[in-house]
Amino acid sequence: MSTINDVVIKVATVNGTGSASANGLLMKSIFRMGIPVVGKNYFPSNIQGLPTWYEIRVTGAGYQSRSNRVDVMVAMNAQTYTQDMADVAPGGWLIYDSTWPRDQLFNRKDITVIGIPFSKLCNENFDGVRARILMKNIAYVGTVAALLDIDLDVIVKLLQETFAAKAHLIDSNMQAIRLGYDYANNNVICPLPMHVEPMDKTSNSVIMDGNTAAGLGCMYAGATVGAWYPITPSTSLMDAFRSFCSRYRVDPETGKNTYAIIQAEDELAAIGMVVGAAWNGARSFTPTSGPGISLMSEFIGYAYYAEIPTVIFNVQRTGPSTGMPTRTQQCDLLSCAYASHGDTKHVLLFPSDPEECFYMAPKAFDMAERLQTPVMVMSDLDIGMNDWMVPELEWDESYVPDRGKVLNAEQLEEMDKFYRYLDVDGDGIPYRTLPGVHPKGAYFTRGSGHTKLGAYTEDAAAYQDVVDRLLVKWETARGILPGPEIQYSKLNKSGIITIGSGGGACKEALDRLAVEDIGLNYCRIRSFPFNKDVADFIEQHDVVYVVEQNRDAQLRTLLINDIEANQRKLVSLLHYNGMPINSGFVVSRVLEEIAKGRTA
Amino acid sequence: MSYIAKPKITHPGMPKNKLGLTSSDYEGTVSTLCAGCGHDSVTAAIIQAVFELGVEPHMLAKMSGIGCSSKTPAYFVNQAHGFNSVHGRMPSVTTGANAANGDLMYIGVSGDGDSLSIGVGQFVHAIRRNINMCYVIENNGVYGLTKGQFSASADIGSKPKKGEPNNQEPIDPVSTALSLGATYIARSFSGDKEQLVPLLKGALMHRGFALVDIVSPCVTFNDHEGSTKSYAHTRQFYHHVIDIDYIPPAEEIKAAYAEGEAMPIEMHDGSTIVLRKVDKDYDLTSRASAFKYLREHFNAGEITTGLLYLDESRAEMHELMGNINTPLSQLPLEELNPGSAELKKLQNRYR
Repeated sequence: MSTINDVVIKVATVNGTGSASANGLLMKSIFRMGIPVVGKNYFPSNIQGLPTWYEIRVTGAGYQSRSNRVDVMVAMNAQTYTQDMADVAPGGWLIYDSTWPRDQLFNRKDITVIGIPFSKLCNENFDGVRARILMKNIAYVGTVAALLDIDLDVIVKLLQETFAAKAHLIDSNMQAIRLGYDYANNNVICPLPMHVEPMDKTSNSVIMDGNTAAGLGCMYAGATVGAWYPITPSTSLMDAFRSFCSRYRVDPETGKNTYAIIQAEDELAAIGMVVGAAWNGARSFTPTSGPGISLMSEFIGYAYYAEIPTVIFNVQRTGPSTGMPTRTQQCDLLSCAYASHGDTKHVLLFPSDPEECFYMAPKAFDMAERLQTPVMVMSDLDIGMNDWMVPELEWDESYVPDRGKVLNAEQLEEMDKFYRYLDVDGDGIPYRTLPGVHPKGAYFTRGSGHTKLGAYTEDAAAYQDVVDRLLVKWETARGILPGPEIQYSKLNKSGIITIGSGGGACKEALDRLAVEDIGLNYCRIRSFPFNKDVADFIEQHDVVYVVEQNRDAQLRTLLINDIEANQRKLVSLLHYNGMPINSGFVVSRVLEEIAKGRTA
Repeated sequence: MSYIAKPKITHPGMPKNKLGLTSSDYEGTVSTLCAGCGHDSVTAAIIQAVFELGVEPHMLAKMSGIGCSSKTPAYFVNQAHGFNSVHGRMPSVTTGANAANGDLMYIGVSGDGDSLSIGVGQFVHAIRRNINMCYVIENNGVYGLTKGQFSASADIGSKPKKGEPNNQEPIDPVSTALSLGATYIARSFSGDKEQLVPLLKGALMHRGFALVDIVSPCVTFNDHEGSTKSYAHTRQFYHHVIDIDYIPPAEEIKAAYAEGEAMPIEMHDGSTIVLRKVDKDYDLTSRASAFKYLREHFNAGEITTGLLYLDESRAEMHELMGNINTPLSQLPLEELNPGSAELKKLQNRYR
């Protein structure tokens, strides 16, 4: 039986050997054949020497999450050979470098082991240690191309584009491809029964990681000040912003920059810079991860109370403490929702993929400036650093940035007197002024107790007046933040609630459960505080599975705390081992709960 | 941080500056610091400096952290924007604010605890970036608001009001700034307004990071016998190295200086600093010799004051970053957003 366009390839290599470009070439070739793909990189917190894996899921059905299955394993790392062999699904294939024979004891009867002498081929054809290592990677691309029937012309074209400026590299890379390709063709029956065939499902899509998309979104949103402290997995967000700015943010007349990127001495300084720049009217942001949020917390509370628009991208990684810096989780929901001492709560946005990272960047700035408060975009390592196929990004030319209630010089001139924290409009959002605009706009920004007029206070009623008004603003936020993505049918009595990168796995799980006649409605939350639609969704169902990627059911806690959701309805499905969630997990956990009698 | 409005006292005879404002236009709310606090004298010196410079009040940004010193921005220039941030973090807020809008004049008021203990990291990195600001440290060697614990600037052997003398090496902000490449470094005393006001003016007009370390005694917790930050101790061991006169742009040097006594240095905005060398051996353009001099006089128990280092040539943060002259906060989206067609084009790389 043959399977078309539904295969998972996993490549096991050693960190620092240059396999990333080979894996990118492999995935893009399949993508260019019009077939949807999902790429996942499992890498160590290391520069060189430790094991690393790249997984490509070819999914003609267009699913977004990883599969928990491996059909074709390219085992290039002797160190992990045993483990890699164990990972192959029954009936699958394992490719290894047969330059050095493997002990037959390692072989499994239920899979096909294919030996290709990659090292021998490359040593005979290339000079220099570095070139031989690099070309060995390219050679396995050739082998996989033969086994899966990937179009060689597509690979040639990709190589030509990649090495447009270095023509000699096209020839050597192509030679390596052919070594792997021809050897496989001459020694193995190609293609395998599980292979690819051209489709037309990717022409309007791109392959991008979430950090690139978020950096691009910040540039399009008109962000001018970015301050940061390097931390995995958020670093590439600022790298992307810098790269886009160096191309699009240089004034043609003067050659000077229309952006400032400041590498801070720590996260305490990074957030201070963002707050200072925002106070002065610039769209400013910082990308960080969990440990950075911990350090930023004092300023986040300041920005909440002094009401300064502050945009933070939290690309979450596995905690607690240093945790596993190169593994994914959604583990900072509570620490971000309530970051800082005292009564504070913060607006969160939950992108589910790189596409939403892009669109939520301007949204985050709009909301931060409209609401004059910190807004945190809760991405994660899976979204931020992995390659996702998403619809081509588009920019709406009619977009007008929402700079919020900022008084200009003319408005101030006409005013009798300006008071910073007065709720003039009844929506809990006061008016603000920017330094240097008009003498009447001057006020004193402070994190200490203040009255609605902006003066220092230790008066009980005057203090309470302001913190109560912040609750009015909180309710305003609830009404204007992006609502959930909902799929609803009256027939279903149970539902799934998820956030962020859980979306893809849950949607795929719904398809798989439907095959077994289990119908579930779907709600992917996109913001906190929770929109009324979220409360209604919970209300409409007898059981709601809350799917999230942390140990302590943080989303469930937020639902109970923020909208007083009925906690007996909320059944947690928790995935928190650091690997991206997959549909198989959701399906099996739902079935388990049904077996326990948890659903109607 | 006072909530007591200060009555505005004015009379027709009061001198006016180039904007037609009187010094009372540069006042703030009533100070809530202890009577006799050195910080109130520094506040008065700041008011005099910005009044005489003719700074537009709303173009001044007053930045601070937490502590007695950090309260003082409320006590001067009511019509300036103030930012009383969190403890030890004034430098980062000022860095961001300056990155967004370099057209404002920034004065940061900090203390020895705020800058040398909790905030020493931000202090040193602000210097490295050469942020265009006047950074005032009101230095009294103790924490006032928490009742008299030593700060990192306390000298070895200095006695607290209660308990044992300090036995840890002090952090000297002047030699720290010197080693990090600050471009304008001064020290003065809250009780010496004549020396302090011109130093503040020079610091405000200097392009780059200007540190003014001011010994500013704490009358409540550190003004006793045995303290090295008391009024009495400071007056006794006070040592003028170089005093300055600040001459605004296009104004003539009117004072009569004796031959060889004074040296004018032109600043970026066209103003002039006239160095009045009290100690002729001192070279304020050499980090190495300045450091040696400061160390020797420190070892002799002296408090060296005046303009101790000056470098008008170094690029400040915006120049180092290659930024456009227009404040980034004032650029409209049209100048920042490459548009939908370009977005389509750039995505070819991602196929």
